[in-house]
Amino acid sequence: MQNNEHKRLDLKEVRAKLEGKRGPQYWRCLEELAETEEFQEFLLDEFPQQARGLMPEMDRRKFLMLSAASLALAGLSGCRFLPARKIVPYVQRPDEIIPGKPLFYASVHPFNGDAIGIIVTSHEGRPTKIEGNPDHPASLGATDAITQASILNLYDPDRAQNVTNLGQISTWDDFLKAARDTLARPGGGAGLRILTGNVTSPTLADQIATLTGRYPGTKWHQYEPVNRDNVYAGTRLLFGAPLNPVYRFDRANVILSLDSNFLLSMPGHVRYAHDFGNARRVRSKAVSTNQPAHNTMNRLYAIDSMPNITGAMADHRIPVRASEVEAVAFALAQQLGVAGVTAPGPLPASVPPQWLSGLVQDLQANRGACVVVPGDHQSPAVHALAHAMNAALGAAGTTVVYTDPVEISPADNMASLRDLVNDMQAGKVTMLLIIGGNPVYDAPVDLNFKDQLTKVPLTAHLGLFDDETSARCRWHLPETHYLEAWSDARAFDGTTSIVQPLIAPLYDNRSAHEVLSELTDTPGTSLDIVQGYWRRTRPSPTFDAFWEKVVHDGLIPGTALPARTPAAGRAAAITPSPPSPSIGGGAGGEYEIAFMPDPTIWDGRFANNGWLQELPKTLSRLVWDNAAFMSFATAEALHLTTEDMVALNYRGQTLPVAVYAMPGHPDNAVTISLGYGRERGGRNAEEAGFNAYALRTSDAPWFGPGLSITKTGGRYFLVGSHMRNSINMAGRDPVQHATLQDFIKNPDFVRNDAEVHDPPLDESFYGDAHTHEHKYEGFGTYAWGMSIDNNVCIGCNACVVACQAENNIPVVGKDQVSRGREMHWLRIDRYFGTGRSNTDYLANPRTYFQPIPCMHCELAPCEPVCPVAATVHSAEGLNMMVYNRCVGTRYCSNNCPYKVRRFNFYKYAAGQPNRMPGNFDLPTIQLVANPEVTIRGRGVMEKCSYCVQRIDMARIEAKKADDGAGREIQDGEVLTACQQACPTNAIVFGNIKDANSQVKKLKDEPQDYSLLGELNTRPRTTYLAKFTNPNTAIDPADSAEAEEVAS
Amino acid sequence: MAQVFSPIHNTLARLSLLAALALPAVIIVASSAVTRSPYGTNAKVVLDQPVPFSHEHHATELGIDCRYCHTSVETSETAGVPPTQTCMTCHSQIWTNSPLLERVRQSYYTGVPLQWNKLNSVPDFVYFNHSIHINRGINCNVCHGPVQQMMITYKGRYFYMAWCLKCHREPERNIQPDGAKAVFQLYQDYQRGDLKDARERALADGEEYDPTPAEVEKGRQTLEKYHMTATKKQLTDCWTCHR
Repeated sequence: MQNNEHKRLDLKEVRAKLEGKRGPQYWRCLEELAETEEFQEFLLDEFPQQARGLMPEMDRRKFLMLSAASLALAGLSGCRFLPARKIVPYVQRPDEIIPGKPLFYASVHPFNGDAIGIIVTSHEGRPTKIEGNPDHPASLGATDAITQASILNLYDPDRAQNVTNLGQISTWDDFLKAARDTLARPGGGAGLRILTGNVTSPTLADQIATLTGRYPGTKWHQYEPVNRDNVYAGTRLLFGAPLNPVYRFDRANVILSLDSNFLLSMPGHVRYAHDFGNARRVRSKAVSTNQPAHNTMNRLYAIDSMPNITGAMADHRIPVRASEVEAVAFALAQQLGVAGVTAPGPLPASVPPQWLSGLVQDLQANRGACVVVPGDHQSPAVHALAHAMNAALGAAGTTVVYTDPVEISPADNMASLRDLVNDMQAGKVTMLLIIGGNPVYDAPVDLNFKDQLTKVPLTAHLGLFDDETSARCRWHLPETHYLEAWSDARAFDGTTSIVQPLIAPLYDNRSAHEVLSELTDTPGTSLDIVQGYWRRTRPSPTFDAFWEKVVHDGLIPGTALPARTPAAGRAAAITPSPPSPSIGGGAGGEYEIAFMPDPTIWDGRFANNGWLQELPKTLSRLVWDNAAFMSFATAEALHLTTEDMVALNYRGQTLPVAVYAMPGHPDNAVTISLGYGRERGGRNAEEAGFNAYALRTSDAPWFGPGLSITKTGGRYFLVGSHMRNSINMAGRDPVQHATLQDFIKNPDFVRNDAEVHDPPLDESFYGDAHTHEHKYEGFGTYAWGMSIDNNVCIGCNACVVACQAENNIPVVGKDQVSRGREMHWLRIDRYFGTGRSNTDYLANPRTYFQPIPCMHCELAPCEPVCPVAATVHSAEGLNMMVYNRCVGTRYCSNNCPYKVRRFNFYKYAAGQPNRMPGNFDLPTIQLVANPEVTIRGRGVMEKCSYCVQRIDMARIEAKKADDGAGREIQDGEVLTACQQACPTNAIVFGNIKDANSQVKKLKDEPQDYSLLGELNTRPRTTYLAKFTNPNTAIDPADSAEAEEVAS
Repeated sequence: MAQVFSPIHNTLARLSLLAALALPAVIIVASSAVTRSPYGTNAKVVLDQPVPFSHEHHATELGIDCRYCHTSVETSETAGVPPTQTCMTCHSQIWTNSPLLERVRQSYYTGVPLQWNKLNSVPDFVYFNHSIHINRGINCNVCHGPVQQMMITYKGRYFYMAWCLKCHREPERNIQPDGAKAVFQLYQDYQRGDLKDARERALADGEEYDPTPAEVEKGRQTLEKYHMTATKKQLTDCWTCHR
């Protein structure tokens, strides 16, 4: 059966269903509100299609024939001779390697002008897993989804492996000869242009300086599609110099986000999320040194133009169009009394005046403990206003500190690229070396970079993939992955780290350092170059010890950029941004378009990464695609619905794209994420989604008016994980929520509306002998459990990719996901909910995140239904899944109320039914597999194991400790992969038998509740309720409503 | 017309009925006997190796400790097969021209590893850890047979899950109080001809040993010492070995 046979979502039906009544308090998607047939199927079954599509339809006779044959031959699969295997020991074993024991190396993941300190696990020389470096200020031990997944790029089978000249395989020597010949010609140096991303590597900047010194006239351009141009333009406007704001959310009680996504996409976001989470954590008692008793929360206001997780976490959120944020900022600055600022126009209608006045009072009441955070893509005026407000509120120097830019030589990316294009057009460029990046794909469409490139006689692209830019350049040079070569990089606050490689280049790849060193005729290895640079900068007789230490620790101490006290702001000079001129032909439409970096594949550089493609987008939960997000009302007005194809006409360009009706999106605007619609660059990248760069122009790279939308008819198949694996709550609340004020008044609210169970839950038909206490307590020292704090879960997805990397979870592809067959052991359920009116309900819902691993129920419903005892309980309370016993009846998943069980309908791990990078039959991908976890075969069930391999390893180490005398596993010794990756420490795992363990103390908190506890499954994974901290001056109704729920 | 069937055919008919009934049982018994025989399990079958290495010579005659070559047996999940360099620590000095060692020298000078034929292996979904077994005093020979007596190494025993479980259910039958020390003392005692009791003699010969009630009681005390009495049940959890 075809997947897209399902009836299309009808928005009118949603409206009709909601007419005159309030919908469910918590809901997942519009399909749920419309009660579509497809949603109902997914609600009732985990695998509604069961095995459909696996084999051709057959008649009864053939079915019986095959059944009989399989029964008769069932035992034969066990008959085989032992495979002959070889042992291949080292010739000379490296000193530090103990076979079977992983090693850990500090390094750093340089990414889009930022860097996150990491610790990389290496098994016998092959890096397998990335964790955060607890000592690094941008990480503090945590990571994000992109950093977790970046290791897969190293082993990507589609990586560029050869130097090519016009598509023919060539050699590095040939390229260098061609380059040197060009440079040696008279004036050759003057025609050299180098295009890089935003460089935060001191060594690379130094090398480029050497090169430009050697060839006068050489110019260095920097361009990345997601850049901080507006941040620096704004601070320059206000302070006279470009400055880098570093936020200190640990000191802020009130936070105003002016369309920023500081929890996911701003440099430093992992650290920011950590600080933000700490200030929101509510604890009645101290849980550990880093989780003290805490009964206050910060308050986050968000003025949001795009669906993003920062807005989702906000206590007060208002959706406005991106272009209206500036008007709000002006009004706010005026009300806050920023000297010299008067609002040029009225407040947008979508922002109620009492909302703004309540916010102003709150900010003023928290002088010095509040902060205004402008979004990186907002106009320079918004940035200038935000920082003027920060100065007026006493935030500057406390909750936000300013440093010099992190980039070694900051450049206005758009201006820099435009200069380059102008030079190319004027024929001034004889040789263009593009280091990293993919400008043919991601440069603004009006610059026509692609065509100007043909005017350059010698073009070369150094890149990880043979992509659109490689295809248009004469030479393609394969670049090393960051885990293959030495380099250095600065983090969001300037902290510099050495990028330590874990493995020699897999192919004939070279790093940017090595290529540039050849051009300056000082060839060397990346180690020589980077170490040489630091030796020159820090001459010291003890340099070797210094080097050893900074490489080992993963950062150079004292390199954080010093805080600058900026000169008094010139707030009076802030003028509204000029209206964007319309370029090109075509009548300007009435809609606004906005672009955002994709929450998983970013600007397109991770488009071939299967883990990230299959990772549900933070809010829409779409996989493998982007779409034109628009509000419910806008879609309704245009008679559109999700999956309709439309043509976006914007400034003379047209892009066909699928519509997605996104609750909470501002009206009359369309947001589309970057990075999709690739033409080249690997099997996953190509032909997924729509290329938003086709509409993006250099004068308004983030948003602009004049978009018109035409329905073209036709349907595009979008796949979201929001429907798949929907827990059937049968009318119960999936998440528990209260305002902080109400929680303090009524700490037991999670229990107040609990169902009364008859007979009582602790009574058993079989008498005492079978009650829970007798069944699972009393054995052993350990009872493993997990506590997940919904209040600080920001829905960033780091845990999901960490789990995928740790547990060898295959990638299944869009078609399989659409059938509910994705294999993630851990998913994040995203719920919308609680609006006071039906309009509010769809236009600005509150958002809740709830990570769902296996609950490890003490009375697990999956266990009694397994005919072969393939899922049983361990003495320590783990619900074990035994692959070698499983015969694939899927009864267990049918009986699991949480829908956490995953079934291998195909040999996904071997690339069936389509070959996805991320699967283990590809020789390079095999290298990323965790040797401590079985790679599952076809026909077996699998699910979250609480990372039992980590428990087992900690247990063995504990038993061997003290010269074999043994000790108990200490609290915090076993971190599950999800827990380790989480930036806000929302996930805590441990021994609930230990009264002093963090997890036990968390389970004793009053807001602890079990998901579907009414079913008497006694889950070992429990949740802490979600709180909001609304400002009663704005939202008196909020509190009344919560009371009504609580009572 | 003469009788076609003589009375003997009655017996034959009955016998063939019996045979038909017994045939499936015979097939099952025979095939399981074949799979359990050395033909199926390779137990006690000597495989060709690139170098005819003798554990008997190195461990017993020369008294080299197991851990000289199997360096990670106390610390890691794998015992470790020695790198060529380890062979050459001695063989760069003695038997430097021995033709038997030609492949070792070749490997050392060319940097191409020796490839040994693997004798003992568990399926991929079994996660066996050497270090914890050694640390709890489970002797090498319990699983690997009388290694210190082997001229050419062979697989001492075939690993059935039932056999693993026997010990995991009753660890007191095999566990030793002195852990690793007890394990490697045995080989020194064997070299000196100084084996103390029936248990040690059985171990040295790689034979299955039935502990006396007193020994089992001592094993229980050892479990107590290792704080394992309460956690013993965990040893038979599926996820202890499969994950």
